[in-house]
Amino acid sequence: MKHLQILGTGCAKCNLLAERTQQAAEAMGVEHTLEKVTDMRKIMAMGVMSTPALAVDGVVKVSGKVPDVETLKSLIGG
Amino acid sequence: MGATSDHPVVARVRPLPWAIALGLAWWGLYRSLEPMSRWLTHHAMGLPADSHLGQAVAFFIYETPKVLLLLTIVVFVVGMIRSFFTPERTRALLAGRRESVGNVLAAGLGVATPFCSCSAVPLFIGFVSAGVPLGVTLSFLIAAPMVNEIALGLLLSLFGWKIAAIYLGTGLTIAIVAGWVIGRMKMERFIEDWVRAAPVAPSPGVTDQPTPRSGAPSSGDEMTPTPGTAWADRLADGRAAVVDIVGRVWIFVVLGIAVGAGIHGYVPQDFLAAVMGRGAWWSVPVAVVLGVPMYSNAAGIVPVVQALVAKGAALGTVLAFMMSVIALSLPEAILLRKVLRPTLLATFFAVVATGILATGYLFNAIL
Repeated sequence: MKHLQILGTGCAKCNLLAERTQQAAEAMGVEHTLEKVTDMRKIMAMGVMSTPALAVDGVVKVSGKVPDVETLKSLIGG
Repeated sequence: MGATSDHPVVARVRPLPWAIALGLAWWGLYRSLEPMSRWLTHHAMGLPADSHLGQAVAFFIYETPKVLLLLTIVVFVVGMIRSFFTPERTRALLAGRRESVGNVLAAGLGVATPFCSCSAVPLFIGFVSAGVPLGVTLSFLIAAPMVNEIALGLLLSLFGWKIAAIYLGTGLTIAIVAGWVIGRMKMERFIEDWVRAAPVAPSPGVTDQPTPRSGAPSSGDEMTPTPGTAWADRLADGRAAVVDIVGRVWIFVVLGIAVGAGIHGYVPQDFLAAVMGRGAWWSVPVAVVLGVPMYSNAAGIVPVVQALVAKGAALGTVLAFMMSVIALSLPEAILLRKVLRPTLLATFFAVVATGILATGYLFNAIL
């Protein structure tokens, strides 16, 4: 079970990242939960300065950009 | 999972020959725009060259593909340059700087560092909590919208290097001076309390590396990319920037050119000299005030600027208008209100607006 978190205050790019992450996780067939973290305090506490960001099991994998689905697959990992 | 097999197609083909081929195609297309647009307007559509409509349509048909082609090149180059900068690296460079040097450095980095306007707030908190002085942080946050890299590239290609240098120079000066002034005013107490109270974890190292590609290890393994791979990644970053930015702003460009075409075809020559000319001292503040509620992408405003200048508007007035539209925006004010108390927010906007006014007057006086 992977815990995927999308960090961002709800701008268009954050939604795009959430969408693509969902696609990537489904394509890989991994069991996962997807959570949107919009509270600025929580985002800061995770050390993220540029949104949107993706964290997998609490580890920030990418921030400040929206990678393509293929890249996201490798970031989510097997 | 195979390391290379799931690369997207474009990343797998040899990037350099592709870049050269695309560059040549770009050049050929660009060179044929003028004869093609003239033929389309005056022969295919039968509009006389001296009619209002003919002039407006010719302007639109010529300028739209031209500006879009220029925009593509500009965004590509900017995307490549920006892949060398990240907000995290910039913060590390700025933390603990003395104010004066810090302001200058912050303004320069503000132009080069890529960040989405929606992350202004986390960026602000991240900088302040890492010990970047408030004034230096604000220099960074002012420079970013003030010197819009796309506007800079378009000014360079449409107006020449002098105007582009003026835009860059004054934008940087405003950011440096405004940040320094606010730093002198010791306004730290006007930052919202929760910003200081927020626990901030150090940023993970992952974002200090170039964009992770599929197959490339992104964390854990320390990866030192070979020069070839790095350049392929930079080219891919440029390409991604084109897809993202041109895909989003083309509509602003088309609308901006449509407005420009209307001005070009229907506004009499030198008509604007009276209202937006050098002689009209009040036109600079009016241009700044008009610019605040207007929201347009930088790429959309430059064609309008071009058409206004051609009709006798003073360059300083028009530059002030452009800077106001791009840099003074209400959505940004609402975002920053989350971290800045009203006094500081108002000071921030007043200082920037004053800088823009000064720019307008200065260039009306010397150009």
